[in-house]
Parts: sequence; structure tokens; C-alpha cells
Amino acid sequence: MRTSGRARIGIGVAAIAIVVWALAPVMWIVSLSFKQGDDIDNQQFWPTHWSVENYKTVFQTSLFTSALRNSLGISLITTVISVVLAMFAAYAVSRLDFPGKRWVLVSALAVSVFPAISIATPLFNLWRSIGLYDTWAGLIIPYLALTLPLAMWTLTSFFRQIPRDLELAAQVDGATTWQAFRRILVPLAAPGVFTTAILAFFVAWNDFVFGITLTSTDRARPVPAALAFFSGASQFQQPTAAIAAASVVVTIPVVVLVMLFQRRIVAGLTNGAVKG
Amino acid sequence: MTAISIKNITKRYGDFVAVDDVNLEIADGEFMVLVGPSGSGKSTLLRMIVGLEDISDGDLYFGDQRVNDRAPRDRDLAMVFQDYALYPHLTVYENIAFPLRLHKVAGDEVDRRVRSVADRLELAEFLDRKPANLSGGQRQRVAMGRAVIRDAHAFLFDEPLSNLDAKLRVQVRTQIARLQNQLGTTTVYVTHDQVEAMTLGDRVALLRRGVLQQVGTPRDLYKKPSNLFVAGFMGSPPMNLLPAEIHPDHLSSPFGDIPFDAAQLPASLAGKDVIIVGIRPEELTDASLLDTEQRGRGATLKGRIDVLEWLGNEQLAYLPFKAPDAIHQQLTDLQKELDSESDQTQLIVALPDASKAREGDEIELWLDPDDLHLFDPATTENLTLRQKPAS
Repeated sequence: MRTSGRARIGIGVAAIAIVVWALAPVMWIVSLSFKQGDDIDNQQFWPTHWSVENYKTVFQTSLFTSALRNSLGISLITTVISVVLAMFAAYAVSRLDFPGKRWVLVSALAVSVFPAISIATPLFNLWRSIGLYDTWAGLIIPYLALTLPLAMWTLTSFFRQIPRDLELAAQVDGATTWQAFRRILVPLAAPGVFTTAILAFFVAWNDFVFGITLTSTDRARPVPAALAFFSGASQFQQPTAAIAAASVVVTIPVVVLVMLFQRRIVAGLTNGAVKG
Repeated sequence: MTAISIKNITKRYGDFVAVDDVNLEIADGEFMVLVGPSGSGKSTLLRMIVGLEDISDGDLYFGDQRVNDRAPRDRDLAMVFQDYALYPHLTVYENIAFPLRLHKVAGDEVDRRVRSVADRLELAEFLDRKPANLSGGQRQRVAMGRAVIRDAHAFLFDEPLSNLDAKLRVQVRTQIARLQNQLGTTTVYVTHDQVEAMTLGDRVALLRRGVLQQVGTPRDLYKKPSNLFVAGFMGSPPMNLLPAEIHPDHLSSPFGDIPFDAAQLPASLAGKDVIIVGIRPEELTDASLLDTEQRGRGATLKGRIDVLEWLGNEQLAYLPFKAPDAIHQQLTDLQKELDSESDQTQLIVALPDASKAREGDEIELWLDPDDLHLFDPATTENLTLRQKPAS
């Protein structure tokens, strides 16, 4: 069925409006990041003179570079641990029979709907007294709590789609349970593992609440928190443009990942939505 | 290659008994078919042999070794699954090679054996493909290739033909038979199709609700069914089961009297007045085609043909009849259990092509009373076997 010309124009206009609505602030930040000196207040959308000065400043500021290092390290470690643990948990939930199996998934869901802000303050106190405050581990642990339920749900639905007979066949062919898991189940669930890893990475990468409450110095402060402490090239200048440049820098990895794997992510998300 | 002994094996799921005290000896190199309608426990029995289901009770022996507690990988069996269970991420080559890879066979030896199996199964040109790009028949052959690549103790097939279309099924059936003949490996084959069971099996074991009904050659099961269930299951079209009243010198069926000496009946039937008579469709014939001398040697039944189906080499005539309520119920229950829809009791006759009978005609049917099977309606047991133990 073809849509009529008028309807198509209507849809087109609506689409443009939505895209502009969603992307204008992003474009503004990008444009802002290329403005220099007094250009920031020039009351125009585009800079009068394009400059990469802000990016240079950003990468010369130790506050930002150390934050970038913290963010990358913490997010990657969180992702790896969370995916590996979730893989074993999802295997158990989808394949093995044990008492309380249903409660594993239900309690994981309960944890994931818990508002993060409500545990930030107790954690702050606890971390300070046991020495985890302002450390990588101090952030990785709460991030695992955020990402594990998500990862378990996605992976469980992926594992459930893989026919049981494949592993049984592998076992008859002479494989141990572990070999069947590693050589059959994991390769087949690879798209799911991938989606899960990306989603977990985003959660850790984008977090602000824990980043700001559980850190105080360069040692562990991640980028979203560090941006709030940003001061620009000199103390006599509003750091707006520099913050914009930093924001662009930390957004790029996320955008690149989404662009590269958007199909898989969409497939993975809908899988979780329908089957979970 | 190994003999498999199943001794008193039982499988329980909670209160439900899926396999009930089954005893079965499968000789080395034998082709044993487990057959039965859905829910008969045949697949469960197979899965217990291969180790994918635990055995609740009883013992399983390969040769003289008890293997109840061995993991599937230590039983050294090869299995073809109903849905083939090919590994979708591996090529045909790697699918077939998979068991060898697990057993750490050297690379060039793997290559040699994969290629020889692929040649035998006509898969050589598909070795680089993924299973998703194969037809149903090709996938089936890959699954067989994966099973035969290593010298397993036995081959197990779980309804391997049920996902193929009718024509392909006949081809693959022949292929399986040929393969087993060449390799001489002990084989256990599960199917719900009695034609597969009869054509493939050296021996056939028929199960019903987890209970073994009869074990024997296909000929045994067909000619000497031990009870009503076996009689109804084996053969297509199935054996006709007619209620008949017992009289001192004859049995009176809905289609006429059959001379019979009631003194031959066992004492357990004393006082009963109804018996079930089993007649194979091909044991009845158009009486008008016979000479008088031959007619005199048998009994003649009479009935009206309702529907006639011409099949080229023969014609199937359908003659409905009314059975007494109790027997009718028993016969339709049996039909249902045999996965048949019809709740009408009818006599099916395979007439030779030469017969001139037409639909709606009254026809005389001749039979040899020696061919009759008599069943006790209460126990469903075949009484004919008991009187003639000389077999």
C-alpha cells in the first residue's frame, strides 16, 4: 500500500521537526566547542572563527585526561566482569534446574529498578569507612550492581533461543558440559554477548551519580563527574567552550559504538523485550 | 560395536511412569526399531540409552558393562536427532569433524575421514557450506555423517525422517538401511511410523504407554500380533477388528457366520459370548473370483461396499458396520490411541484389481478361517497364538 503524497509530506515535516528537536542541542555543543575566546557570547549559532583550541586545552588538562583514563578503565573492567558473570548466570537460569531459579531473575529485576540515588549516600559512608572511597574498585562494584541484572536478562533470553538439542548433540559427540558451553553455546550467543557488552559499557560510561558521590580526586573520578569540576584554559575565563569540547570527546566513543553495532543492539534489545 | 541389554528399565517423572519395566536385548550389529504412537515412551527409552535422561530404575548394559552412571560422552554412542541438531555456526566439514576434534584426532586423519564420509553420503560439494544453506535432505545426511564419522558402539536415531517430505523419506530410509548393512553397527531407531519400523528393523519393539507390547521380527508382529494393540498398530490399512458372537459351531460377525469350533477357545473365555475377530484386509477377497472348490474350503461374508478406492494394483473397499456399544467403545478408544481420527467401525478389504465390484454393490467376501486372529475383548490378548504354540 502506498501512502498518499500529502501524508508523506506530513510525515517528512514531522520527521524533520523531531530530528531538529533532538539534534539541535547536540549541534550547539559541537559548535560551541569550536568557538574561541569571546566568540562564546557572540549570540550566533556558528562560531565566527573555527578553532580547535578548546580540544587542545582539554587534552592538556590533567583533570580531563586522568578522568578519561579512569572512565575507560572502570567501564571496560565493569563490562568484562559483568558479561562473564552474567554468561554463567544466564546459562544456569536457562539450562539448569535448581530451586529458587525464578527468584534469581526476579531479584535481579528488583535490583535494577532500585533508584541509584538512594544507595549513593549509604555507599559513600560505607566506602569511606572500609577504604573503597575514591578508588576504581569503589566504582566498579556499584556499576556491576547496575549492569549485571541487565546483562543477565539479555543473555538469558538469548540462551533460551538456542535449541537445547545442540548441546545434547555435542555431549553425545563426546563433549563435556564445559566444552559444549564454550564451543557451541557461546559462539551461537555471540551477538547477544556483544549487545550485552555494549549496553553494560554504556551504563558504566554514562553514570554520573556514583561518579560524583564516591570520588574526590583524579584517582578515580570518571569523565561525567570531572566535567563538573572543569575550569578551562585560564581561571579568568568561563570554561563553557572547554566543557563543550570535553563533552564531544566523551560522546564520540558512544556514538561510534552505536553506529557500528546499531543493528545488533536493536535486535538484542527487542529480543530482551519480547522474550525476557 | 556392542550388544545393548535393557534390564527392567523404568523412567518416572514424579508420579508419571514414562517407561515401565522394559526388558530388551539388542544383539551386536542388530537393527532394532522402537515403535509406538506418541507418548509411548520410545524416545525416552532412547534418551536413557544415550544418557540424556537418567534411569529411574533398572540396569543398562553395553556388552557386560553396566553404564547407568556414565555421562553421554563416555558411552561412545552416535545419535541423529529429530531436528538434526547441526551446529549452525560451523561448516558442514566442521560439523562432521566435530566428534573427532573433541577426541583430539590429528588434522590430516580428520581430513581423510571427513572426506571419505562426505563421499559416501554425497556431501563432498557442500563441505564449505553452513547448515542454513542446505536442504532438509542434505542436513539429514550431515547429521548422519557426524554420527558415522567415529566408530561408535552404536547408532541411535530419534525419528530422523519425520521432518522430510514423503518422497525424500523413502530415499533416506533406503540410505539408512544400506549404511547400516555396510557398517554392521548396532542400531536403535525410534519412529512412530509402522512402515519405517517394518522396512528397516531386523527386529521391532512396540511400546504402548511405556509398556513393551511385543518384540520380534516385523513378520512376527504382522502375522502374530500378541494383542489387539499390536494388531491395530502394524499394517496399513490396519487389521480389521470385528465383534463376533460365540456359538458352539460358528462365530457370528456383522457380515455373516464363520464356521468355528468353540471348544478350541481357552477356559478363561467360558461364559463370555462376544469375541473380537481380526482379519487383515488382504486376507479377504472377492468370492466371485474364486472357483467353487476353493470357495468351499473357506467361509464367506456378505456386505455392502460404501466407498471404493482404486490404487492401481489393488482396490480398497470400505464396508461400515455396527458393533455392540461396549465393543464399539473399545474399538474407537483403540483407534484414538493409534492416532487415528475415525470413530466409525468399518471393514476394509483389499480387492484385486480384477474384481468387478462397484460402490454400493453387495459383495461376497471369502476368507480362510485359519487366517483369523481371535482376541479376548477383556484382556485384548491374542487367543490364536495360545492355541497354536507351534511357531
